[in-house]
Amino acid sequence: MTYSSSDFRPSGRIQFGVFFQGVNSGTVWKIPEAGSQTDFESFRRLAQTAERGLFAAFFLGEGLRLREHLGRVHELDVAGRPDAQTMLAALAGVTEKIGLVATQNTTYNDAADLARRLASLDRLSGGRAAWNIVTTDNAWTGENFRRGGYLDHAERYTHAEAFVQLAKELWRGGVAGSAASPQQRPVLFQAGDSPEGRDFAARQADVIFSAHPKLEAARAFRADLIDRTVAAGRHPNELLIFPASEFILAPTDAEAREKKEWLRSLQIGPQQAIAFLEQFWGRSLAEYDPDGPLPEIDPVVEETSETRGSGFHGAKARQLADQWRAEAKDKGQSIRQFVAGQSARRDASFVGSYQAVADHLAEYARDGVVDGFNISPWLIPTGLDEVVNHLVPALQERGVYPTEYRGGTLREHLGLGVPAEVG
Amino acid sequence: MSGFLILDTDDAKDLKHLTLAAESAGFHGLVFPAGEGLDPVQRAAFAGPQTHAIALIPEVDTVYTEPFHVATQLATLDYASRGRGGWLVVASDDARAAAAVGRPAADERRRRLEAAASVEANRRLWDSWEDDAVIKDVASGRYLDADRLHYADFRADFGDGEGYSVKGPSIIPRPPQGQLPVLAPSALVSLDGPLWPEEVDAVLVSASSVDVLRAELGRLREAYGFRQDGGPALVAELSVALDARGLPASTTDTALGGDGARFTGSAEALAGVVAHLLELADGVRLRASSLVTELPELAAVTLPLLRERGVLRPLRAGNTFRDILGLGRPANRHTLTAGARA
Repeated sequence: MTYSSSDFRPSGRIQFGVFFQGVNSGTVWKIPEAGSQTDFESFRRLAQTAERGLFAAFFLGEGLRLREHLGRVHELDVAGRPDAQTMLAALAGVTEKIGLVATQNTTYNDAADLARRLASLDRLSGGRAAWNIVTTDNAWTGENFRRGGYLDHAERYTHAEAFVQLAKELWRGGVAGSAASPQQRPVLFQAGDSPEGRDFAARQADVIFSAHPKLEAARAFRADLIDRTVAAGRHPNELLIFPASEFILAPTDAEAREKKEWLRSLQIGPQQAIAFLEQFWGRSLAEYDPDGPLPEIDPVVEETSETRGSGFHGAKARQLADQWRAEAKDKGQSIRQFVAGQSARRDASFVGSYQAVADHLAEYARDGVVDGFNISPWLIPTGLDEVVNHLVPALQERGVYPTEYRGGTLREHLGLGVPAEVG
Repeated sequence: MSGFLILDTDDAKDLKHLTLAAESAGFHGLVFPAGEGLDPVQRAAFAGPQTHAIALIPEVDTVYTEPFHVATQLATLDYASRGRGGWLVVASDDARAAAAVGRPAADERRRRLEAAASVEANRRLWDSWEDDAVIKDVASGRYLDADRLHYADFRADFGDGEGYSVKGPSIIPRPPQGQLPVLAPSALVSLDGPLWPEEVDAVLVSASSVDVLRAELGRLREAYGFRQDGGPALVAELSVALDARGLPASTTDTALGGDGARFTGSAEALAGVVAHLLELADGVRLRASSLVTELPELAAVTLPLLRERGVLRPLRAGNTFRDILGLGRPANRHTLTAGARA
């Protein structure tokens, strides 16, 4: 059977997931309310709050090497994160419904071992497990592993696809008793945004964890994914879209805007602003004033390094520096103002009153622009309280958010059918 | 000094119930064996938040696993159980596990080398964050102090160009216990290395019968030294089949497998055998064929008798596995160095 793009039907609703990031500059640590990034109580608190808000899923990232900055461990951001599947297994015992998503790398895991462990988590949680598939290829990360870093960048997705297909075969064959999972096999998330990554998701994944939350960009992304999913021979509703997002909420729009200013000042202090530029300049800029203009000297690197995480990897440094200096000069911006603007441009924030943001999200639901949002809380462990206490009820009043869990499994929460290779 | 009891729970049908039952019976530890079923580390982690006193000890392979992942998984278990995690070291001889990672099956020599290497890599990774590495210094904008983070720089050399390295630091801060207790079967431990007795916290001792087991415990105690002299704890392995529900234990029960020392009989008589073993061993690991039938007998009869005799260590909510073993919280190797420099 073949499908066409016109087969797509908006679900008329949105759902939420929560991403406990564990490492980034977005998580605030400079205020007393900021809790531990590793104590179990932080994870329990966030997962149970999300479950109270009927969230579909709780996400954990995977750390494979501690980030570095100019050759030393990077000091300015939160860091230190647990093993995703081990922590999710512990959370399986203190939650009942919420999906449990482990980010796991196809380069530094073995397919058979990973398939077995994911099947185990799926069974232990009563059919609530998911795998967020990511790929890495750099030798720097490989220094922590006996296999080292051995993949060409171009081979990443070829390798990943073979890996995923093998996992699916093992699950179908009942590895680690996965035949006993109430949802057949773990749900598959995928986060790559390149054309290859999108096609890979269109062929293999159930959900794409996208980087395009803003309305128009999200519409374009949906249209693109519908085409790719149909081209892969699947119904366009079989691949869900959950963009990464940040919510800054308050009773009124004015208070929310004020809160955003306060939050940005905590996220991008003077040291963070300088360090952001150092990443692209490839050298210390400690002698520059964060409240002064951008450095007049040129970067000493051609391309930025992978050591601060994939988001920084491979930018053309000199070109960017020229562009940024011109832009900052035009706008009369200091280093700090410029960096705040840079991050804000890339970020995925919804800022406003509970009611205004609910109205805005209702538009996404009506048009089927996304299936949900994967929220990165900027505060651990209480960062979801406002979303759950105020935004969720406002969305429910508008009839665009679930009022109960549909079933017991993640597949049921997401409204996904039986996996194609099983059914 | 009184001893501890570790129970084996291969029975995963009702993990939550079994874990709570073992804890309320007064067992000091629970081993989660590796096998065909659910992942041992995940089962232990699942049990972590459900329990408050019992040590949770998964079996984890050292031959076909990545030490960086293993160290992170075990440290996470320690966080999820508030310091009650342990590690029972395995050196897998499973040809399928080898094939799954595209390697030839390891021979005896290689398996011993792999076990020793993985233990050392894990220990270095657990120490790669000093306890106070997270400084949250608002004035300088620093969440971490890079001077209190250290590369593991571990290198394993198995000869013939074989080996691996692990750079570090760990991705997770130092676990609550500092170092999780490491338990290893006596077959992997030797005074000639590569895994020396002082590198592990407990040695599991098995023998073909209870009498041979007692002789072996005496021999190893003499060879490895008493606890107060830095020797590892000795844990006697005993398989049990108990009379239960008014029926005598089956002497032909093959579910236990293996050729280790076994006890067949009443729960009362078992208390006598265990007390006798605890004169020579620091702990006993009991493996039961069916916990559903045997755990109630152990809980109602054997453990209360042993407590009456005063041969069991007290357990309390909030204790760590190291507390149970009588081990203090170890200083970090890097903090020691910094202290020596000062």
